Amino acid sequence: MLTILFDGIAYGMLLFVLACGLAVTLGLMNLVNLAHGSFAMAGGYITVVLVNRLGFPFFVSLPIAFLASAAIGFIFERALYVHIYRKPHLDQVLFTIGLVFMSVAAVDYVMGSGQVFVQVPQALQGKFDVFGIGIGRYRLLIIVICGLLTVGLQGILTYTRFGSRLRAAVDDSRVARGLGINVNRIFALTFAFGSGLAGLGGALGAEILGLDPTFPLKFMIYFLIVVTVGGTSSITGPFLASLLLGISDVAGKYYVPTLGSFVIYTIMIVVLIWRPQGLFSRASSR
Amino acid sequence: MIPPHSAIRAATEWLSARARWHPLEVVFWIGAFAAIYVLPGKHLILTEIAWLGLFALSLDLILGYAGIISLGHAAFFGFGAYSAALLAKHEIINEPVLAMLIAGGAAMALGFATSFLVLRGTDLTRLMVTLGVALVLRELANRYGWLTGGADGLQGVTIQPLFGTFRLDMFGHTGYTYCLIVLFILFLIARRLVNSPFGLSLMSVKGNPLRASAIGISVDARLIAIYTVAAGYAGIAGALLAQTTAFASLEVFSFDRSADLLLVLIIGGAGYLYGGLIGAIIFKVMQDYLSVLTPQYWPFWIGMVLVVIVLVGRDRITMWTTPFRKLAMRLDWRASARSTTPASSEGH
Repeated sequence: MLTILFDGIAYGMLLFVLACGLAVTLGLMNLVNLAHGSFAMAGGYITVVLVNRLGFPFFVSLPIAFLASAAIGFIFERALYVHIYRKPHLDQVLFTIGLVFMSVAAVDYVMGSGQVFVQVPQALQGKFDVFGIGIGRYRLLIIVICGLLTVGLQGILTYTRFGSRLRAAVDDSRVARGLGINVNRIFALTFAFGSGLAGLGGALGAEILGLDPTFPLKFMIYFLIVVTVGGTSSITGPFLASLLLGISDVAGKYYVPTLGSFVIYTIMIVVLIWRPQGLFSRASSR
Repeated sequence: MIPPHSAIRAATEWLSARARWHPLEVVFWIGAFAAIYVLPGKHLILTEIAWLGLFALSLDLILGYAGIISLGHAAFFGFGAYSAALLAKHEIINEPVLAMLIAGGAAMALGFATSFLVLRGTDLTRLMVTLGVALVLRELANRYGWLTGGADGLQGVTIQPLFGTFRLDMFGHTGYTYCLIVLFILFLIARRLVNSPFGLSLMSVKGNPLRASAIGISVDARLIAIYTVAAGYAGIAGALLAQTTAFASLEVFSFDRSADLLLVLIIGGAGYLYGGLIGAIIFKVMQDYLSVLTPQYWPFWIGMVLVVIVLVGRDRITMWTTPFRKLAMRLDWRASARSTTPASSEGH
């Protein structure tokens, strides 16, 4: 029982790291980015190549995955996404679906369509018992890393100058522009950082979520659930939403496996009808 | 307040001008029906174009005319497909035409039930809800394998001859004629619908829901009505697929199908009835060509087309039709003096 809770928390933390970049980009630029999972997939595959083929240590490849995904995100933002901010949502949806299809087929072409695994170091495999709760080492590592990241992110948002600018821009980008804040630059940095986090999440999650070329399609709905249920006005909302989603998904698959993902989708629809702005979000100012 | 007589007359005239048949439309349909005799070797792909065109027409009704973005329109398509296949398999209704109508009715009922979910919220919420409905249906179809055949698909479906006389052959000769007639009839209904005051009110809802409700249009009722009708169209398209292939699988509910459908409509141009039909022709021909070149990686090219379309601009993409439109204007001897501007402009 507690083991399931533990696994669910690990899963939820992972989802948060994967999706929080999406929450910020959606809140900041009102950009519907369905291709967020592609950046996560990029991070995952970079780790697989580094660890399995080139023999890099696992812990060295994690930061590289982060940086590489962030770089890819930055390039894409500057080259392509800048053109679609002002376009209607339909265009953004079409564009990002197009990117998803391209990334799926491209990875299929380069890496093959099969599922791949990262060779996790020996020290991280296996479980140990604490008061009768089976704790997987790898999952503990995920919780620690993601927990630190969450605290760090919250700290950056609350205490730094960049954080206060970002919050101002999310709250009302027009007024923020009027105050002389360079919203576009903030957005480019945030987009790159969010993509990097997604890449790191993909690298960490390759072991648990499984990594194959259809990753962006499979997890797109999960990211969107986190963002829409959690709201985009803070990062605590998405954080709680990811924990909820992670725990309920793991518990649901364990206790009522016959229902599968049915429960999650139904809950999502109900929540969206009940509170279209998200469960944990205050009323939008726009 | 009752609007002045002149305003009513102007509106009626505008609508009836829109509703007149253009010579090119006549040419289009004559061409489609001539294909029954002229292109007998292409009937299989033509059949696919016909039901895909109907499916795209259905999405056009809600996206192009009412402005609802849907990423889960395959829900109704799949529902219709499974309904028709199940009716035929268990020999509940042996007459395919009647079964098709019932499948459409079932999809309509589903559309009505779920239409209340898309009334509220922003584009993103609608996107998620429609996607969620399609995913839930897919899960259900997967779960209840005893009914739907699960992941293997529904096999062993035998379709009886249409009206007891026309057998659906494996070359698609009957199938194409059947799909084309259904498409034509439903097209006529849709054409009547969008050129009616109802269609006009839909466009005003799409343009600005707040103002539309301020001038006395009941926005929710209009959206529910058009969503229900569109769901029925999608259901019939699904039923046609199931009947012409005698098969239904989980793939009918897939996300890819909804996404491809958006592409079909965008290629042809949303907001006019021929958009879906022209898009279906281009899409199927492209698919036929590309999947021969690269069978496994053809989603890459689909994605590329989507990205390029958005970057270039959707309005500019449909600009290739401008010479044809000019030609059409010149051909249309009746509309010479009038400079009617149908509300074809995109954007929210």
